[in-house]
Amino acid sequence: MSYINLFKIAIKAILSNKARSFLSMLGIIIGVGAVIVMMAIGQGSKQSIRQELSTMGTNLLTIRPGADMRGGVRLDPSAMQTLKQIDYETILAEAKFVKKVSPEVTTSGQAVFGSNNTTSTCYGESPDYLSIKLWNVEEGTCFTEEDVKKSAKVCVVGKTVVKELFPNGQDPVGKTIRFKNIPFRIIGVLKGKGYNNWGMDQDNVIIAPYTTVMKRLAAQTHFNSIVCSAVTEELSDQAIEDLTSILRRTHKLKDSDEDNFTIRSQQEFMETMSSTMDTITIILVVAAAFSLLVAGIGIMNIMLVSVTERTKEIGLRMSVGARGLDISNQFLIESILISLTGGILGVLFGGLLTWGCNAIIGYPAIIPAWSVIVSFAVCVAIGVGFGYFPAQKAARLDPIEAIRYE
Amino acid sequence: MEKKVVIELRDVRRDFQVGSETVHALRGVSFKIYEGEFVTIMGTSGSGKSTLLNQLGCLDTPTSGEYLLDGTPVRAMRRSQRARLRNRKIGFVFQNYNLLAKTTAVENVELPLMYNKEYNSKQRREAAVAALQAVGLGDRLEHKSNQMSGGQMQRVAIARALVNNPAVILADEATGNLDTRTSFEVLVLFQKLHAEGRTIIFVTHNPEIAQYSSRNIVLRDGKIREDIYNQNILSAAEALAALPAPQDE
Repeated sequence: MSYINLFKIAIKAILSNKARSFLSMLGIIIGVGAVIVMMAIGQGSKQSIRQELSTMGTNLLTIRPGADMRGGVRLDPSAMQTLKQIDYETILAEAKFVKKVSPEVTTSGQAVFGSNNTTSTCYGESPDYLSIKLWNVEEGTCFTEEDVKKSAKVCVVGKTVVKELFPNGQDPVGKTIRFKNIPFRIIGVLKGKGYNNWGMDQDNVIIAPYTTVMKRLAAQTHFNSIVCSAVTEELSDQAIEDLTSILRRTHKLKDSDEDNFTIRSQQEFMETMSSTMDTITIILVVAAAFSLLVAGIGIMNIMLVSVTERTKEIGLRMSVGARGLDISNQFLIESILISLTGGILGVLFGGLLTWGCNAIIGYPAIIPAWSVIVSFAVCVAIGVGFGYFPAQKAARLDPIEAIRYE
Repeated sequence: MEKKVVIELRDVRRDFQVGSETVHALRGVSFKIYEGEFVTIMGTSGSGKSTLLNQLGCLDTPTSGEYLLDGTPVRAMRRSQRARLRNRKIGFVFQNYNLLAKTTAVENVELPLMYNKEYNSKQRREAAVAALQAVGLGDRLEHKSNQMSGGQMQRVAIARALVNNPAVILADEATGNLDTRTSFEVLVLFQKLHAEGRTIIFVTHNPEIAQYSSRNIVLRDGKIREDIYNQNILSAAEALAALPAPQDE
């Protein structure tokens, strides 16, 4: 029989019992919807992480003390104290592919103003820090090289600190707060940044000259890290090579010694995050795909019932000359049509869930175009794969028995 | 004038395995049916008439012996070949009409032609309409099967059996589900088709029907016991007219 006629017979069969047809599609609708929204969440997360990382500066390089931790745990505490002033000065003087540099010393503690207090983190940095991080003060100014030289007790604060210590809306600039009992005069307020993708409040910061923090707060002579900005993102790798050779020299490492520091670029970080997100997405999608397997089994069951119900009809068709192939094609196309229609509705359902995710929950979700195409292809495969057995069963019926079936 | 042999059975036997026993449903049946005959095949249940019908309809093949339909030997044919033969050469009329549910008369009659590549949709429609007109249902083309009476449904089934211009019409207790009046109406139709030259085989257990056919074959215990040409064919139209008027008019 021609495929157009088979198609018409299939549509008629599906429409003749709309409730049952819909129920048999339901598994596919839910499965495809789930797969689509999982992929959308994965894609959206990846995109938003990339976006956030690029707002932090894609040419950011971070130097940390201690050897590469990826192989295992290094327990030597002195290994964490290898970054010193000499490294900073040498980098400033000699690094070829680096635009700006800031050594970093961090310490957490209590910030107090009057009767208000809050827990915060103090970052000791150079004045270049804000431009490295593509950050700005909204009010007032940032500290200067002079302040660094004098270890001045000045700072710029983030909006959350302002909110906690100055709840009455007073202007914080010019006021003196105490951090770990050391007085700091606020000379500037940072622009708001909000929460990052890892749930950290980026506005709960106090930034002060690194010399001040090292001497007065942390009482240490080493840096926790050194951050720099590469001249361009493309030159990140060369910048890392260059910095590595400088640091090996200032740390007096022999050729046979491993690096006692690690340098990471933002780009590398971004790629790691991307591939992590990809892995998470794959896991989620595989889980959702299992539901499609179940849906296929559901379709197979319904088709088997349908074959049994239409035994007499099959017998009649055979008696007027339908071959086994005609019968099996009829049911196969019906099965494919059910799963494909379920797929279309599933894509729409997935689109709805994605919209809901964005609009109601506020979590970023973007549907990749290829996922829709793949979903359709999978639906056809399910229709064929799970419709095959019922179709064969129908084709193998004995016409004599089938016609007499009650 | 040598009449064309439409159906020829030569010592056809059919055995079935039922558990450990072998049932000999047909034990050597031989006959020839010529073009234009209206043959009734009679037998009680267990006589083998259903088995014989299935053989004649190419739904089954003999265990031994040969069946030639319009000159074509059937025993060695594959399933798909027999399906094609059914499609081209045979028109079935079943006891319970066997129409497709929720389907119009025309669509029902078109069914055999849907499996025939030589008909396009226009030709199919024309043939179906012509067949329905031949059975007197030209005004009910688009009626659905559930909107028709038993007699009308059987007429649609007969039209379906005619639409592919078969070599033989095989009727299996075609009047079994109909009341007396409607049964005669259908017999009138069969006799009309016979008069037009159609070859008809009507399998039944009702001896009354034999009076309206041109030849009667009696089957018992898998063998032919009688094969008699009817010298005095009754007219179904007259019998219909002689029936008392329907009660509800």
